[in-house]
Amino acid sequence: MNIEEYRGVWVFIEQRDGQLVDVGLELLGAGRDLADKLEVDLCGILLGHHVKELSNELFEYGADKVYVIDDPVLANYRTETYMKAVGDLVRKYKPEIFVYGATANGKDLASAVATEVMTGLTADTTILDVDVEKRLFEASRPAFGGNIMATILCKKHRPQMATVRPKVMKKLEPQPGRQGEIIEETIDLKEDDLRTKVLEIVRNAKKAVNLEDADIIVAAGKGIKDEKGFKMVEALADVLNATVGASRDVVEAGLCGHDHQVGQTGVTVTPKLYFAIGISGAVQHTVGMANSETIIAINTDPDAAIFNVSHYGVVADAFEIVPLLTEEFRKALQVKTEEGGVAHV
Amino acid sequence: MNILVCIKQVPDTKIIKVNPKTNTLDRSSAPAILNPYDAHAVEEAVRLKKIHGGKVVVLSMGPPQAKEAIKKCVEIGADEGYLISDRRFAGADTLATSYALYKAIQKLMDEDGIDLVLCGKHAIDGDTGQVGPGIARRMEIPPLTNVIKVEEVDPAEKMIKVRRKIENGYEIIQSTLPCLLTVEKEINEVAYSPLPNMLRAARYNPIVWTVDDLKDVDMKQLGLKGSPTIVGKMWPPAKSDGAQMLDDEGDVKKQAEKIVSLVLEKRELFEAKGGER
Ligand SMILES: Cc1cc2nc3c(=O)[nH]c(=O)nc-3n(C[C@H](O)[C@H](O)[C@H](O)COP(=O)(O)OP(=O)(O)OC[C@H]3O[C@@H](n4cnc5c(N)ncnc54)[C@H](O)[C@@H]3O)c2cc1C
Ligand SMILES: Cc1cc2nc3c(=O)[nH]c(=O)nc-3n(C[C@H](O)[C@H](O)[C@H](O)COP(=O)(O)OP(=O)(O)OC[C@H]3O[C@@H](n4cnc5c(N)ncnc54)[C@H](O)[C@@H]3O)c2cc1C
Repeated sequence: MNIEEYRGVWVFIEQRDGQLVDVGLELLGAGRDLADKLEVDLCGILLGHHVKELSNELFEYGADKVYVIDDPVLANYRTETYMKAVGDLVRKYKPEIFVYGATANGKDLASAVATEVMTGLTADTTILDVDVEKRLFEASRPAFGGNIMATILCKKHRPQMATVRPKVMKKLEPQPGRQGEIIEETIDLKEDDLRTKVLEIVRNAKKAVNLEDADIIVAAGKGIKDEKGFKMVEALADVLNATVGASRDVVEAGLCGHDHQVGQTGVTVTPKLYFAIGISGAVQHTVGMANSETIIAINTDPDAAIFNVSHYGVVADAFEIVPLLTEEFRKALQVKTEEGGVAHV
Repeated sequence: MNILVCIKQVPDTKIIKVNPKTNTLDRSSAPAILNPYDAHAVEEAVRLKKIHGGKVVVLSMGPPQAKEAIKKCVEIGADEGYLISDRRFAGADTLATSYALYKAIQKLMDEDGIDLVLCGKHAIDGDTGQVGPGIARRMEIPPLTNVIKVEEVDPAEKMIKVRRKIENGYEIIQSTLPCLLTVEKEINEVAYSPLPNMLRAARYNPIVWTVDDLKDVDMKQLGLKGSPTIVGKMWPPAKSDGAQMLDDEGDVKKQAEKIVSLVLEKRELFEAKGGER
């Protein structure tokens, strides 16, 4: 393989039922930076049926080009069809970097394509960078249950591929009317020749708890002890109009549903404000929240690991300080409403 | 129905420690266990065998100690276990791992035929989830990942229907056999092993193959040499700068006031948003 022939940064654009999945737009944001540093085009790879129109949105979020394959066999994600389509595009256009969202289907596809085109794939990355001189992609990821971070390199094979966790990268501000080039390709597969068939897709009705989109999360750990403690945390969340998060131990104690769990086996969140109340800061928890804009931790133990990933820390008993906070916020936010006439809720 | 399960021995990442001096993992700090997802894969294979007959064979690549993980699978109910173990496999990334396992699978196929391959959703150490789909691609069979339920299997018609977990829901997908599934923990509960299995496992000696036992192996695709990715830097994830502590000599009231004013500085959080509560 002559790696000099490979140029350009590609992003796999996942869509579900004709709707763009956020992680693709986030990766355009991260990819824009890589493409600018390498002075190459940023390209979106868009597969599906009746999806071409979505290209305009991709241009607004930073893509220079969009490769589209629009075909009924691509209507729903299947490894066999998507792997073939993406493999063909890679062989034809030779990108140097290719990133995918680390969703169920994104990971499935990237793993299959890596084997199909025989290249390296870094899993579940959270930090992306590039050594411009060597044109070497530096993709970093947590491994060993989040106990360690590692930078993975792929020196002699192209494309250099990675899956990237949702909610870690930032979308760009869309630029309305930004234009780009659409390149249409085809796929040569007949439904009758395929071995798999998607029979049914069931999406849960709107989730009761939407941690991913919350601006403020008030999260409870085992330090809040019992139902009474959890109620106290809920009360604080209530005055702040925040969403309640939880550590796994709190979920396992039955104090709230798994929907509330933040972390490796829960959701990854990036709110503007994250309160960690009585949470020790195990890596399995912090991998899910360490990228929050501001983290405030409350814990009785001055050596709790949570303070290492927080911006502000208070060594205090949650049972003393949380009710005070609730009261202070209630007063402060009400006063504001009266003064300025702007209700926050 | 012959089912092959790929299993990996892993350090228990719940208790593994990082050496703060070298930033590497202290493997001796954690016991080696059967990858928890693979235990569910073996359990599912044994369950399907009870319904459809055939046998359950497990395959692992790893150091000689990995025999213990294979014996654990025999406890769960696997019939046979193979370990491929050779220095020439060492240092493999997922591409080289799937190649080595595929070569062993080919040999097993020639002997007996395989209708279904099962893998765990991911291994808790490397944590990539890439090996299963890699094996499927090499075998040219469909991978069905993140399976939470086997809905239906018809060995005579060579058909399987499974439920795959996807974001915010699931899908039901049908495939021809043979195919490869990677399983989630929700697929089953790993039952306590019955005593006869325990006794059999205690005496069981897995079959060990080296590279020389496999056919038509391209040495360039094995181990470190066959791995396009390499691990560069490693470091512990926690930020070292740490939090700014609001102590106020432990005066809780003052601490609370400080937090409140810090939070209220983030004005954008408290401005009205289209009337939505
Ligand atoms: C494979 C795997 C996946 C995991 N996934 C997740 C995950 O997704 N999310 C997750 O959260 N965990 C996960 N865990 C569990 C994780 O390792 C920790 O066990 C868990 O996060 C600990 O929860 P905690 O901090 O609430 O409880 P603890 O570790 O028990 O900490 C309680 C804290 O509260 C403090 N405290 C006690 N009393 C008070 C008080 N009155 N006021 C203030 N503070 C007080 C204590 O000092 C302590 O720091 C996972 C583990 C494994 C092995
Ligand atoms: C810090 C670190 C980071 C790494 N990051 C990457 C990376 O980003 N990309 C990459 O390609 N490699 C990476 N590797 C290498 C990778 O861990 C190994 O290739 C490993 O042998 C297989 O990957 P996994 O543990 O992720 O398995 P997974 O793909 O997560 O395992 C899924 C399933 O495949 C089967 N399986 C996996 N390994 C075996 C085996 N040895 N024997 C039998 N069945 C098996 C099991 O059924 C398992 O449940 C990394 C290694 C380290 C130490």
